Formats: sequence, C-alpha cells, structure tokens
Amino acid sequence: MLFAGIDVGSTTSKCVLLSDGEVAGAALVDMGIGTAGPERAYSEALAAAGAAPEDVACCVATGYGRASWKGADLTISELTAHGLGNRFLFPEARTVIDIGGQDAKVIELDAGGRMANFVMNDKCAAGTGRFLEVMAGVLRVPIGELEALAAQAEKAAPISSTCTVFAESEVISQLAAGTPVPDVVAGICVSVASRVAALAKRAGVKEQVCMSGGVARNGGVRRALERALGVPIVWSAQAQLAGALGAALHAWHKSEGQRGEVKYG
Amino acid sequence: MAEEIKKPRTPPDPSSAKYKLSKIAADAYKDAVAAKARGEKVAWVSSNFPVEIPETMGIATVYPENQAAGIAARGAGARMCEEAETDGYSNDICAYARISLAYAKLKSCPEQDVAMPDVLLCCSNICSCMIKWYENLSRELNVPLIMLDIPFNPDDEVSEAQAAYVKGQFLEAVRRLEEITGKKWSDERFQEVMSNSCRTSRAWLAATAMARYTPSPFNGFDLLNHMAVMVTARGKPEAAEAMETLLKEYQENVETGKSTFRTEEKYRIMFEGIACWPWLRVTSAGLKSRGVNMVTTIYADAFGFDYDSFDGMIRAYCKVPNAINLETARDKRVKLCRDNGVEGLLVHTNRSCKLWSGFMPEMSRQIGAACHIPVVSFDGDQADPRNFSEAQYDTRVQGLTEIMDSRKGGESV
Repeated sequence: MLFAGIDVGSTTSKCVLLSDGEVAGAALVDMGIGTAGPERAYSEALAAAGAAPEDVACCVATGYGRASWKGADLTISELTAHGLGNRFLFPEARTVIDIGGQDAKVIELDAGGRMANFVMNDKCAAGTGRFLEVMAGVLRVPIGELEALAAQAEKAAPISSTCTVFAESEVISQLAAGTPVPDVVAGICVSVASRVAALAKRAGVKEQVCMSGGVARNGGVRRALERALGVPIVWSAQAQLAGALGAALHAWHKSEGQRGEVKYG
Repeated sequence: MAEEIKKPRTPPDPSSAKYKLSKIAADAYKDAVAAKARGEKVAWVSSNFPVEIPETMGIATVYPENQAAGIAARGAGARMCEEAETDGYSNDICAYARISLAYAKLKSCPEQDVAMPDVLLCCSNICSCMIKWYENLSRELNVPLIMLDIPFNPDDEVSEAQAAYVKGQFLEAVRRLEEITGKKWSDERFQEVMSNSCRTSRAWLAATAMARYTPSPFNGFDLLNHMAVMVTARGKPEAAEAMETLLKEYQENVETGKSTFRTEEKYRIMFEGIACWPWLRVTSAGLKSRGVNMVTTIYADAFGFDYDSFDGMIRAYCKVPNAINLETARDKRVKLCRDNGVEGLLVHTNRSCKLWSGFMPEMSRQIGAACHIPVVSFDGDQADPRNFSEAQYDTRVQGLTEIMDSRKGGESV
C-alpha cells in the first residue's frame, strides 16, 4: 500500500510515494501547474516504485497547483507540507526557510514539530526562485551554475533594488561597468538572502534552521543567508522534494494514524 | 442538453434588518440626488467627519469612501483607478482616493453614481492621504472645503486642550456650513440626532457583540455590508430602528441555534483591515469553505459612537481607531479577541491604506503574543483589484486553518 504526496509548484512538479514507512519512489519534473508536469511526476514516481495507480491508498496534494490535481484525496498548504517534510528530514528543526519558484516562506515549528506560525513574502517576486531564474537569464548562465560562480566571487556586487525588474537593470549596468560575473552572481545571492532574512527575522529565528525548496541547492544563497541570520543552516539534497514528502507523510498519517519513523530513499 | 433551472431568488423580507439596512444605504444616494434637484446644497463627507453636523442641519450627504467601495465591489475599481492614474495620480495612493478623483473628473460611473458636491467635509482623524484627496477635490471641483483637524492622540485620554481645540473647529464648521447652505443649526435638533446616533450605535455594538456566542449568530462578512449605515446614517431614526432589528435577529439566532454563517463554524477569527471589496466573494468563500468565521473586526467597532453631549461627541471623534496610540488600539483588539473566542488573526495588508498597514505588523505581533493566536497576513487592496492574488490568499488562509486545526488537536501537522 502506497501513500502519495504530490507538490504541484509554479515551475516544477514533485511526487513522493511512501510504503511501510520508507520512500518507495520519488520524481521531480521541471514543469509546474498548467502543464503535463504533475502527471509525469506522478507516473515517474510510480514507475520508480514499480507500482500502479491502484496501489496508492491515499494521495495528498500540495503546492500552488494543489487544487488542480484531480487525483487528490486531500490537499494541504505547502506551509504544512514543508513543515512536515523538513521535520522528518531534520527532527530538531524549529525554523524552515522555503524559497520556491514564486514565493518565499518562513515556517516556525513548535517543540513538538507542529507549525506554530509562518510568514510569507508579499506580492513581489524578489527573494524567490523566479528572481534567480530571471537573473540567470540576464547573465546567460544555467541556474545550476550560480552557486559555483558565486563561490569564485572576490566581492559581492551591490544589487540594492528589491524589484526584480529594477534589479535586472542593475545587473546589466554592473556587467556593462565591467564587474566580474562571479561578483554579480554573489550580489544576486545576497539580494535574495537579505530579502528572505528579513522575513525570517519577522517570524523569529529559532535553531535548528533548515532550508527547503529548489533554492536550497544554491550554496551562494544559503551561505549568504547564514551570514545574514548569524546561524548555521542545514539542508538536504532532497530539499526540493520536501513538500511532496510532507504531503506523503500527511497521507500516511491520515490513513493509518501513524507517527512512526520513515526512512528516506 | 437540459436547460439549467435557476432557483428563484427569495424576495427580501421588508421587515428584515438586511432589507432595512440596504434601503437606508440606497436611499441616502437617492436623497442626495433629490436634494440636488431641489436646488439644495450637497456635501461630500469623509467617514470619520461627525455625521451629526450635516444630519442636524438637514444637509444631504454623499460618502465618497462608500461610493468607491460600491464601485470596487461592482467591478469598476481598476477602470476608475486607471482613469486617475492617467491624470498623474500614483498607483501607490489610496484606491478610494483614485476612484473618487476619477469620479470628480468623469462625473459618471454607472456602478455607483452620486450627486456632485457643493461643499466638502473632511476630518484628519483617518489618514493624511485623505487630506490631500479632499484638497484636490476642492480644487478640481471648485467647491469649498471644511477641514477638521483632529490630531493623532499619543495619550490614553483626550486632554482638555485637545477637546477645546477640536470644539472650536466644530463650531466654526457649523458657522461656515450655515453660510454655505443657508441652513441653520438647532440645538434641539442636535439632541434628537445625538439620541438617534447613540441609539443606533448601542444596538450596533450590542449586535456585533453577539459574536461572543458559539456558534456566532452571524457571518462577520455581514458586518462589512451593514457598516455602510453606521458610517453614513447613524443619526437617522430609521437607522436606529434597523440596527435594533438586526440585534433582535441575532438574539433570536442565538436562541434557536441559527446563524447567517451557513455552514459549520469550525474556527473563529478576527479580520483586520478594510474589506477587499473587489474580491469580497473570493475572500469570503476562502474562509467559509474551510468553516472559518470572521466573528469580529475593529472596523465594525470603529463606527459605534456613544456619548451624551456635544462635548462628549467631540471626545468620541478624538478617539476613533486611526487617531489613537498603538497600545490603546492594540488593547481594543485584544479585548475583541478575548471576548469573542478568537482563534486566529487574518490581517489584510491593504496597499491602499499606508497608515493601517504600516502599524499592523507590530500591532498584530503584539496581539498574537497577548492572545496566543496565530497571525497571518495577505496582500490586497480595498478597491484596486490589481493588488490581490487569489492563490496567495488561499495558501495563507489554508495555512492559518491548519495551525488552528493543529491547536485543536487535529492531524494537520
């Protein structure tokens, strides 16, 4: 019997399947809501688990497109999903910073691991994955290379604008002025981090702090956030799947009243 | 294909509070048009200007804030805002102001036409944007402006000096209105108006306080509509009568276990801020579909004035919510939360209202800490539909619901 969590995001779709407390299959597809991405993520996770749709006892959808996934028995917000997923990955976690494709959120967990409060970005793309995508586009570098470039920086170039459109102009101006690309990339990372750090400080930073979502993979942003908050930040290579994992855990809990250990992968 | 059969709408019961309150609000617009046609002067009035003054003098009034809310709720907010922006008004200023300034130019908006003004009555106890809005109306329409300055009060009480400062202005406003309109102030008539206003307010405050019962006998979104009468017509006897009907209906609902919140009330929240009028249905449905009832809001309390003299009226207007210090404002809200069993606070970060949205992050943090309730905010606007994202709202409301559920011992997390 499988328990499915599907995270239909704005730019990606993720699916995790649990069986007997272990992750039986997972998939991530770089296509989000309004595409074939969710269906593909679900099919690929099933294939990875060697299972068929009828093996899924309960499916919980989360993410921006959670209401659009017709196969869901339940939906939960990505806030709860990332809280659950990260608490599983990091049992001591009290603060979860999730930077997704179009929003940034800071989730406060209580000592028992339950979501106590959260703060999200306002109606602006600054401090989100979309901001990084736009900047990577301006720099003509793959988004996955931003971390390595930021690591080569001698001095982060100041990107002061909090508006994605204005920041794009700043980046172009920096390049035109001859600022090395790594310094510009480091400046972009600092820009995202400072925006998200302000959110985190509003929520109240309690250790252990962990990072979730696709941007967690970007060490440039992670390290800038650590400096801004003055605390170490833990992250998992599965960070981008944490929302789907949380949804799958919720499906399992709801179906079987389980609160036990789950082994990842 | 079978033809869709629409359920016929039940005609409103003329003896119901809803009917009476809607009629009073609609009649106010008609009365102003009729007064204008008779050659009488019409006043455009800001919401915290003492309604008792024009009511006592028999001056027909229009409330541009209510007009703008109506226009926004009927879907014309963006069109009117863009009209004002074309004239150079920044989209950062209040959308009520933009809609009103656009109307002053166009003098027509089918979504809510009003009689044009001969005099403007404004009060500084709401926000500074309103001062400039009315100054511009005065300039654009070439009509006189009577501006009452009721300063922000950093203290807990209204000092003698402040009361005297404001009283002088009230008397001067009356004198100027007599000059402009040719109508006379009557102390006797003022006593009647004051009596009506206080009677209306007492019934209104008693009705909103019925939310202390579980389940609440009403859906809090009802208050947002009924409030139009509190803003514009609380000095009229028919307003007092309608509010007393409302109170009676809520009392009957408590006795019979009924509510205008027509689903199971699972959670009770306080809503902070002006309604998101262009998205009223969406914001209401996002709560109702999850069993979340907005049982109270400071906005409802804001227009409940209870006093027993001219001086008492002055002091009441010196203590309206936007003109008091953060601690006093916070304590009023904390009391509402405690009195009404509130489990969560949903804050509308209203892009139109810099003052309210500016102090809210800190105040809501303090309310959350004092009442041990989660606080969640969403971006929106009272009248400009472009400042709201339905998906963002839905995620925040679902997150809030999940925290409240978790605290009740649910399985959300």
